[in-house]
Parts: sequence; structure tokens; C-alpha cells
Amino acid sequence: MGAVISVVLYILLAPIVGGLLAGLDRKITARMQGRIGPSILQPFYDVRKLFAKETLSIGKFQYLTIISFLIFVIFTGACFFAGLDILLVFFVLTTAAMFFVLAAGLPNSPFSRMGAMRELVQMLAYEPMVLLVAVGLYKATGTFVIKDIISSDVSAIVYLPGMFIGFLYILTIKFRKSPFDLSTSHHAHQELVKGITTELSGKTFAILEITHWYENVMLLGVVALFILNSSVWSIPVAIVVCLLAYFLEILIDNTCARVKWDFMLKSAWIVTIIFGTVNLLILQYLF
Amino acid sequence: MEFVAFLVLFPFVVAALLACSKNNGVRKVVVYAGSAIIIAAAIYYSVTGFLSGETAYYFTEAGPVNIIMMCGEVFLMCLIVVLSIKHKKILPIILSVTQTGLMLWFELLAHKPEAAEEAHYFMLSDKLTLIMCLIVAVVGCLICVYAVGYLKDYHGHHTEYKDRRSFFCAMLFVFLGAMFGLIFSDNLIWMYFFWEITSVSSFLLIGYTKTEEAVTNSFRALWMNLLGGLGFCLAIIYCELSLGIASLSGLLASGLENSIIVLPVILLAFAALTKSAQFPFSKWLLGAMVAPTPSSALLHSATMVKAGVYLLLRLAPVMEGNVAGTMVSLIGGITFFAASVLAITQSDGKSVLAYSTISNLGLITACAGVGTKEAVWAGALLVIFHAVSKSLLFQTVGSVEHTIGSRDIEDMTGLVRTYPVLAGALTIGIAGMFLAPFGMLISKWAVLKSVLDAGGISTLIVILIVFGSATTLFYWTKWLCKILVQAPKDKQKNKTSCDQLTSIGIHAFLMIALCIVFPLIATNVLEPMIANMFGVSDVLVLSAMDMVIMVVMLVMVFAIPFICSFFAKNAKVTEAKEYIAGINVGTNDAFVDSFYNEKPLTVSNWYMGEMVNVNKWMLSMTWLGSAIIVVFIILAAGGAL
Repeated sequence: MGAVISVVLYILLAPIVGGLLAGLDRKITARMQGRIGPSILQPFYDVRKLFAKETLSIGKFQYLTIISFLIFVIFTGACFFAGLDILLVFFVLTTAAMFFVLAAGLPNSPFSRMGAMRELVQMLAYEPMVLLVAVGLYKATGTFVIKDIISSDVSAIVYLPGMFIGFLYILTIKFRKSPFDLSTSHHAHQELVKGITTELSGKTFAILEITHWYENVMLLGVVALFILNSSVWSIPVAIVVCLLAYFLEILIDNTCARVKWDFMLKSAWIVTIIFGTVNLLILQYLF
Repeated sequence: MEFVAFLVLFPFVVAALLACSKNNGVRKVVVYAGSAIIIAAAIYYSVTGFLSGETAYYFTEAGPVNIIMMCGEVFLMCLIVVLSIKHKKILPIILSVTQTGLMLWFELLAHKPEAAEEAHYFMLSDKLTLIMCLIVAVVGCLICVYAVGYLKDYHGHHTEYKDRRSFFCAMLFVFLGAMFGLIFSDNLIWMYFFWEITSVSSFLLIGYTKTEEAVTNSFRALWMNLLGGLGFCLAIIYCELSLGIASLSGLLASGLENSIIVLPVILLAFAALTKSAQFPFSKWLLGAMVAPTPSSALLHSATMVKAGVYLLLRLAPVMEGNVAGTMVSLIGGITFFAASVLAITQSDGKSVLAYSTISNLGLITACAGVGTKEAVWAGALLVIFHAVSKSLLFQTVGSVEHTIGSRDIEDMTGLVRTYPVLAGALTIGIAGMFLAPFGMLISKWAVLKSVLDAGGISTLIVILIVFGSATTLFYWTKWLCKILVQAPKDKQKNKTSCDQLTSIGIHAFLMIALCIVFPLIATNVLEPMIANMFGVSDVLVLSAMDMVIMVVMLVMVFAIPFICSFFAKNAKVTEAKEYIAGINVGTNDAFVDSFYNEKPLTVSNWYMGEMVNVNKWMLSMTWLGSAIIVVFIILAAGGAL
């Protein structure tokens, strides 16, 4: 029953929370740059306007792939908040991401396809760490089932500090924040125009925005997994940690210049090896 | 017993018929009839075997079979020696003469018949055998059917090669017969005999075109597999002379606690690694691509490489946690990762498939090396899914090559527009290889779970698997994008022959069917198999809840794009041209260059050639693999002495 409620809450509230976070992001970013910035509700206004706009499309398959992406992301989040198997959740998330790559990879448009290729490189960069997090949580708590992970006595982060740092690193890639905003950028002045989203407009672009809100909420949920334990007090702590993690991503976004893809790939893998695998090996052989 | 003897001998009979029939029409009839009979017999045999649920034992008396096999071994040796002299190769002669000499000495002089009598049977069939039997029969025979149509096209395209179609088709059936023999054999000497036949027939198939490259590659395959055969032969001799064991089941029955069996197990595992093309022996499988597609499909999916992993899965219960298991899982894990990195750098479709075969076999090998119940479960599941999807992919790429005149992935741009049927088959095969919730992913999931619970080297294997998963994702997705690109091209008439389409169609159907009935396979086939192998009563790898989610996802993957396509059809959109900074020409496949000329617009995939140097990787992996094998065999020998 609890699982059903949390899934329903996720489906209803995630876009609102995600949209607010996006608004917060723009506000904080503006303040960091000495601007006033838009209203915190601006992302919602933007999406409403996008829905009203004419949809320019270079093929109807774009609808197909983007809506599939949305539904799979929601499904991933639903599995996650229902407290199912974390490894399964990550595998479904990968399938969802595939549809996003296909949405941009299918048009014969150079900017869009280059964006899709870069998105694939981003996946290549973050995928090992994401899977290692699932493995680490298993080693720390003895289960892959999210429901059981959050009801263990000690927070997972106690065993997995390295994994946590590694996950924060790849979270920047996952959020497509600078210095790793290679496949697309929030600022349309890069060499790839808008990269992976170049050919999306109107309704398809609006759906994509909402999908990202869903996805971001789920990713912050993974951050919370490191903190949550059987104590009720871990819930506010987890929320604070999630917000801090989000703030950290905004700070990094505003202080770093975009890097080249090979640097991203190498650095992400090195971080994964140093923080992820060493953490895992210590857990395996010392505990 | 009649059925097993029939399954082993009948393919040889078909092969003999094919070798004699020079007429194309007759050959086609023989292939179709032979394949149909083998498939029917194998299905009937497997189904009854599963229903009875008991392990069956055959051939309580060897009779004249041992003498026939001995003559066969001498014949194979003579064949290798003659061909090696003809092509001036020395290594295969040394290896072949050494091992055949050893076997003859052993069988004629040192053999203790009472040890062999102890087992009371020479062949057995349990659940693992039945699964392999179905794979070999169904996938193998369909490839033979495919070969009929393919070779006709092949010799139409390549008039420079001598038409030896009868020989080729005959060899395919010899291969199938040898595979049946290999999987049913329990006696090690019998198994060794069939093992050698597969080595030699793969050598003959790879050298089919007789070009310089084909000859070089075929001899490479030969010496590597003969090296494995030498390991097999030493294992047999050691087993009987110092342990008094003559059969595989005897070896398994002597138990894990018995540290003295580690040496023969590691020698057999060594033989299996050569056959499964694990590093450092991967090069022969890559070289095998020079042969016509049906032989690649056969070597990569249903036979040859599967013989290696079959033996490893058999040995898994006596490898858990010991030196042999550590070596095998380490080699498997490294191969899984390294081969998938190399696959990224390839743009030749067949080459990508070859690297991905090596990589996936690495995963199966790692499962077998870990040796726990769950790991073997995952390994066996991988064997099934990999056989079907890889066979499908090889055949489709072969047909695409004949249709568009290239097997380069870059040339497959927009295949979905020009040849939708072939593109659909490729998409199903690729999805089966890596996308959730298809087979590979289920296996990978089970592997991660099972490996984590095993001790020892397992953490290292996990790390290799997570990195390998990421690289696997990369090369399949970019290929998928290339096929499905919506380039403005017109549909072309598909001239692929009916034989090829039959086989491809059945494979695609099997692939989807396997995914749908996966929960049934897991509970009715794999779990009894594991219970049977490990002598336990209940095996639960994936919970009922996991199964439900898998089925839900499966429905979603089919249903959502389907429903969305209806939605997309009715969506109000304004058709626009792609964004290329205003230098459009009116279609989506060209642009205006700086001289105001129209230029075709293509976007190629990423191959990361500047980051991964193929030769360096191959070389370092070969050294690393060799070092691991040498060190572990020395360790095993030291422990046994």
C-alpha cells in the first residue's frame, strides 16, 4: 500500500518538484552572475508556452521516441519509489536514455546526431559508476531492494563515502551541467547549437523538459538512498543533503568551463576507479 | 540410445550425401530434408528428456567405437600433416603429432580398461546437454538452410573463388555431428575425439576461399585449437593415470574438496578457453571472418565457441573458489571488458559482431569460473540468448552485405528506409543483445547478483563487468542509430533469397519468443538444470516479483512505441527541414557548400580510434592473458605435486 502511495505521489509531484528545482537553478545561477533572474515559476511558464507553440518537426518518429522516453523515465521513477530492485531501476533508466539518444540520432541532422553521439559518450562515462553504486549499496546493506536499503540501521554513506563522491561527480554528467554539458547546453551559444535537442520544438520539446524534471527527481532520490536509514530523522537530513548536492551542481555549472569529451570520459572513469572501486575493494576485504 | 546415436551419426550421413551431390537442386533438397529431420529429432528427444526429468546413460559398452575413433584421430593427424606441409606450416604438425602420439601411446599401452569400466557408460544426457542439443540442432540447421541461398549469391558476387559449395555444406553438417557427439560424450576420450573434429572442420571452413589471408587465418585457428587439444589430451592422461578417472562425470563426482583434481580441471579449462576464443586466443575467431558468412554464423553462435563454454559450464561445480575457477573468471572478465572496448573502434559490421562474440563469451566464461549456482544459471541463459541473437545478426549482416554491397556500418545509414525487413531483423538482434528487458540484460543482472555473493576474486570481476556493460551499450546503440536514421531514401526491392529470409525470419521469431517465454524457461528449464548439476532441490535466482517486472517491461517495450506511433500519426506538426544554419537545399540529405555547390550530407559514428589503439590493446591483452594462464597453471601444478 505504501508503495502504491509513493508511486502515485511521485507521478503527481515529481514534475512540480522538478520544475521548482529548475526554477531555483535559474534563480541561483542568475544571482551568481549578478542578475536578478526570472521568477522561480518560470520553467512552468516556459513549458506552457512551448505547448502552445507550433511544433516544427522533421519526422513524426520524434513524437514516438520522446513520448517513449517520457514513459520509460516515469516507469523508472515509479519502480524506484515503489522500493524495487535498484539494479533493475538502473537498467530501465538505461533503456529510457536509449530512447532519448534515438530521438536525436534518427534525424539526418548533423547537430542533432553529433549531440546524440556525445550523449552516448556521456552514458559511457557515467554508466560504470551508476552500476557500481548499486553494487556498493548491496555490499553495504546486503540487499538490492530499495525498500530494505532504506530500512537498514546505518546510513549507507557510512560504508560508501567514496561511492557518494563518485556519484556526485557523474551526477554533473547526468544533469548535463557545465563542465560536462557536451550533448546539449542550457546556453545556445555552443558549437553544436543545441546539440541533442536541436531538432525538438514546441510540444516535443515541452515533453522533454517535463521528462527531465521526472528524471532529476529520481536522480536526487538516489542521492537520498545514501542517507536514509530506519530512523525518521534521516528523512530531513536526506532532503537537506539532496538540496546541497543540487546546489553543488549549480555552483560547479557556474564556475567551470566546458571540457572536451575525452577529458570527461577519462576523468569520469578515473574517478570511478579511485572512489568507486577502491571503496568497493575496501568493503570487500576489510569488512 | 538409438536417438543419441542417430543425432550424432545422421549429420555425418547428410554430409556424405552433400559431398557427393554436385547438383545445386539436389543439394538444396538434401539440406532442407536433413535439417528438418535433425531439428525434429532433437526437439522430440529434448522434450521427452525434459518430461522424464532424469539423466539418461548410454553406451555401456564401447565395442568397436574406440578403435574407430583411434583410426579417426590418426586420419585427422594425417590430414593436418599433409595440409601443413602443402602450406609450409610447422607448428600444427608438431602439435598434432605430439598429441595424437600421446593419445595413441595412452590408448594402446598405458590405458587401464578397468578405470573406464568403472563409469559403465560413455555418453550421458542431462538437462544441460538437452539445452545444448536444442541450440545446436535449431540454430545450426537453420544456418545450413541459410547457407544454401547465401552461397549461391556468394559465388555470383565472387567469381574469383572456386565453387566448392558441396564441400562447404558437407563441412557444416560434419560440424553439427561433431557438436552432438561432443555434448553427449561423458567419456573424456570420446569427447576429445569430437573436440578434434570441430577444430579441424573449423580450420577447413575458414580456409574455404583459399586466398592467402584465408590460409593464414585458418592455420592460426588450427594451431590455437590444437594447443587447446594438447591441454585436453594431457588432462585425459593425468586423470586416468594418477586419479583413475576416465569420464567427465567421474571428475565432477570426485568433488570440490579434492584438491588433486585442480590440475586436470585447469587443463580442460585451458582447452575450453582456446575454443571459446578468450584472450590470449581471440585472434583466431577474428580471423575466421574471412570465410563466407554461414561459417562465421556457425562458429560464433551454435557450435565451436559454444563447445568451449559448454565444457566450462560443465566444469563449473568443481571450479568454484579454486585456482582453476579464479583463472577462468579472471580471463573471462578481462575478455568481456577488453573485447567490448575494441568493438567500439570497428566500423565493419562483421568485425563488431566478432568482438562482441568474444566479449559475451567472456561473460559466460566469467560466470562458469565463479561457479556458484546463480552464476551458472546466468551463464546458461546467456548461452541460449547469445546463440540465437548472434546467429540472427551474422546472417542479417551477410544478407545486407550481398544486398548493398558492403558490410560497413557507415554504409547502412537509413537501412530502415531502403530495406525495412533486413533493418527490422538487425534491430531485433541488436535489441536482444543489450536492451532491457531482453535476454542479455537479464543475464547480466543475474551475473552481478551472483558474482557479488561469491568470495575471492569476485569484486574484481564485478568491476570488469560494470565497465564492460558501459562499453557494450556504446557500440550497440550507435549501430542501432545508424540503421534507423531517417535519411530521405526510397524503399528498394529486396533481392535476398528465400532460403536466407526463412532462416532470418525464424531466428527473429525465436528471439522474441524467447523473451516472452523467459519466465517459463527460467523455472522449467534452467532451475531443474541447476538443481541437477549441483544436486540441490530448490534454486531461486530471480524472484517472482522480478519476473513480473520483466514481463511488464517487455510488454511496454513493444506496446509503447506502438501506441505512440498511432499518436504520432495524428499529431499536428508542421513538416520542417533539419537545422543546418540555413544552408539547406530542400532535401534532408544535402547542403550548400562555400562554392554554392550541392554536397551530400553524412554524419558518421564515433569510433574513438585516437583513444584506443587496436594493435596495442590486442598485444597487451594477449600478454596479460598468457601471463595469467601460465601463472595459474604453474600454481595448479605446484599444488597438485
